[in-house]
Amino acid sequence: MINIVGAGLAGLSAALTLAERGIKCRLISAQPSERAQSVLAEGGINAALDTMGEGDTAELHFEETMKGGAFLADPNAVQSLTSGAPGVVMKLASLGVPFSRNGDGSLMLRSFGGQKKKRTAFAQSSTGKMIMTALIDEVRKYEEKRLVARFPHHTFVRLLTGNCGCTGVRIKDEFTGRLYDCGGSVIAALGGLNGFFPSVTTGTVTNSGSPAAVMFAQGVKFANLEMIQYHPTSIAIPGKRCLVSEAARGEGGRLFSELDGSRSYFMEERYPTLKNLMPRDVISREMFFEKRAGRETYLDMTGLSGEVWENRLSDLRSEIMSYLPIDPKNVPVQVAPAIHYFMGGIYVNERHGTCMSGLYAAGECACIYHGANRLGGNSMLGAVFGGMKAAESAAVQQTDDAFEEYTGSDEFACCAAPGLVRRTGELLLGGLGIVRNAETVEAALAGTERLDCGNAVDEARKKLASAMLASALARKESRGAHYREDFPEPDDEYRKTTVCALSGGKTEITFEEIPERRQK
Amino acid sequence: MIVKVEIQRRNSASEKTRTQTFSVETDAAATVALLLECINEEQAADDPISWECSCKQKKCGACAMLINGRPRLACDARVHDYPKGVIKLAPLGKFPVVRDLTVDRSAMFDALAKLGAWLTESAGADETGTAYDASRCLQCGCCLEVCPNFYAGGEFFGAAALAPASRLISEAGTGDAQRLREAYNAHFYRGCGKSLSCKNICPAGIDTERLLVNSNAAAVWKRKMRKARGKK
Repeated sequence: MINIVGAGLAGLSAALTLAERGIKCRLISAQPSERAQSVLAEGGINAALDTMGEGDTAELHFEETMKGGAFLADPNAVQSLTSGAPGVVMKLASLGVPFSRNGDGSLMLRSFGGQKKKRTAFAQSSTGKMIMTALIDEVRKYEEKRLVARFPHHTFVRLLTGNCGCTGVRIKDEFTGRLYDCGGSVIAALGGLNGFFPSVTTGTVTNSGSPAAVMFAQGVKFANLEMIQYHPTSIAIPGKRCLVSEAARGEGGRLFSELDGSRSYFMEERYPTLKNLMPRDVISREMFFEKRAGRETYLDMTGLSGEVWENRLSDLRSEIMSYLPIDPKNVPVQVAPAIHYFMGGIYVNERHGTCMSGLYAAGECACIYHGANRLGGNSMLGAVFGGMKAAESAAVQQTDDAFEEYTGSDEFACCAAPGLVRRTGELLLGGLGIVRNAETVEAALAGTERLDCGNAVDEARKKLASAMLASALARKESRGAHYREDFPEPDDEYRKTTVCALSGGKTEITFEEIPERRQK
Repeated sequence: MIVKVEIQRRNSASEKTRTQTFSVETDAAATVALLLECINEEQAADDPISWECSCKQKKCGACAMLINGRPRLACDARVHDYPKGVIKLAPLGKFPVVRDLTVDRSAMFDALAKLGAWLTESAGADETGTAYDASRCLQCGCCLEVCPNFYAGGEFFGAAALAPASRLISEAGTGDAQRLREAYNAHFYRGCGKSLSCKNICPAGIDTERLLVNSNAAAVWKRKMRKARGKK
């Protein structure tokens, strides 16, 4: 029996992989899969299918993923990802994901950031929702065969641990308040840490970040926590930032900044090769400097053809029209960067194993494929592929299937205080902006250390928040999404993984070597 | 501006409903979801309103509730939609209440299991655009709330099952098609009174009438929606 915490893309993929091998799992989630953050993923999923006649290869996908991530990812994990990508996407197509197709029936691919070839399979700009729907139906088949047991309104309380590592997970039924202990290995598929930045990310509220914080407090090591992706193009909507998919630029949208009526197409001027499709870290940084010089950035989609709006971006258009409300077909949209993805997370090896035996991690909560900056189209790929790999690893040593109610009390069976969550978010945002320096990070760290906590979950969150800031302080260079004004250049000494561990209540930061690439 | 938010509350399904009223300082563009967040942080921190919320942008279906009597997503409903300045919130009425505005929608998912909403063969190419449209269903339950024929636990599963069934029928191979057609007839076609009350209620804007026409054609009159996939 394997316990999967989280029923988004990575969790569903893990459940399906186990079920197809006849292995039982529990699929534990605060809400049903339809509410998972994965449904918000828009632009597409990368695979070197080479259906557009451009001579794309998995090796080029590997090279661009490594380069986009500023060479901070484990090359062997990335190679496994990029060579497995075509199989992943074809499997999704066979499950009925309505990908856009070429006239000959092959999958259509679009351009995406940091990639010189068209490599991104898509379904309009609702690719995540389409993939989730197909996977939910597919997993349902195995629920009926009693291979997958859903726990759809249950939250993570804590890992159960023993001498030999992680032995299970304690969960809480949010409808009844009862606690249950589930024996067996655990796959964490928690999603990213956007719950640490309430109201300012493109993510969901359900994704609170508290399970990750509790795991950190229980001794699970985290890595590269300073690597936070700001997506260049978002718009403000009530209570959050709403993503404007990179597909808008992949299909021809252009960024410009404006001051006193004069336009500067700054990305095209400064980066003549990839232009508006430079990796996200680069564009967000350029937008930051434009803004600092008093120039707002706009996304000009007025040159897109009627065919593109009709067949590839219709949902993006209706979303912008509903929230702003302007028609992007006719008017440029003012955009700003927003926190979108966490490259860092639970420290895993290429088999998705953590520092704790019996605990695996996959999807956005795991630090593995994206180095210092993720390429668009690689997140859904990483989630589906990572879920498969974590399941294969966990399947090797599954044993216990005990399930029983826990009638005692648990200090982690509570919620973080909303006010404290908001205050922590403000401090983190102050310290971990697009451009950082020692002074701002130290001020945020000092503020975080002073926060008063009301319960054990608050304490755990404070520890993980401090670890994020301490990681940013320790990396005295600029690389990928981590840009230090006081150390503006990359430094090869720091081409290492930032690893955070709690030791005697204190956060310890070490830099671990990145493995060499094995023979191709 | 100040709006009055009246919320139907109870701690469990067996308890009597009470109404709690909050005055909230807000702006006209704010969503009901934002009002609930404000209330829980500022006015009800000791006894927060129970409600489900996830994406806050109409893409997950979590926050469906009755807003001034009409099923809507709280992240979709704006303060300026209610010019009298009074917003009345109640839980969806067709599902058991768990607490306050949270209901147990498992009947929807149980129905999909009973329907056999999955494929056993490789999916084929849908020629009608149905697979894409139908895959957008949020499983929020708004359509079931207004349906005169649906009740939780009955044999008629409503438009929340029509959408997944339509997606699957449009892509099904021969074996799946027969099974899904029978399930569609038993749990949708026979029970649907064609009132089309579900037509303009879907927060995702799914055209349920179009799904109905296409799926009836395929399931009842066996018209083909799918063609065999090319080799490439």
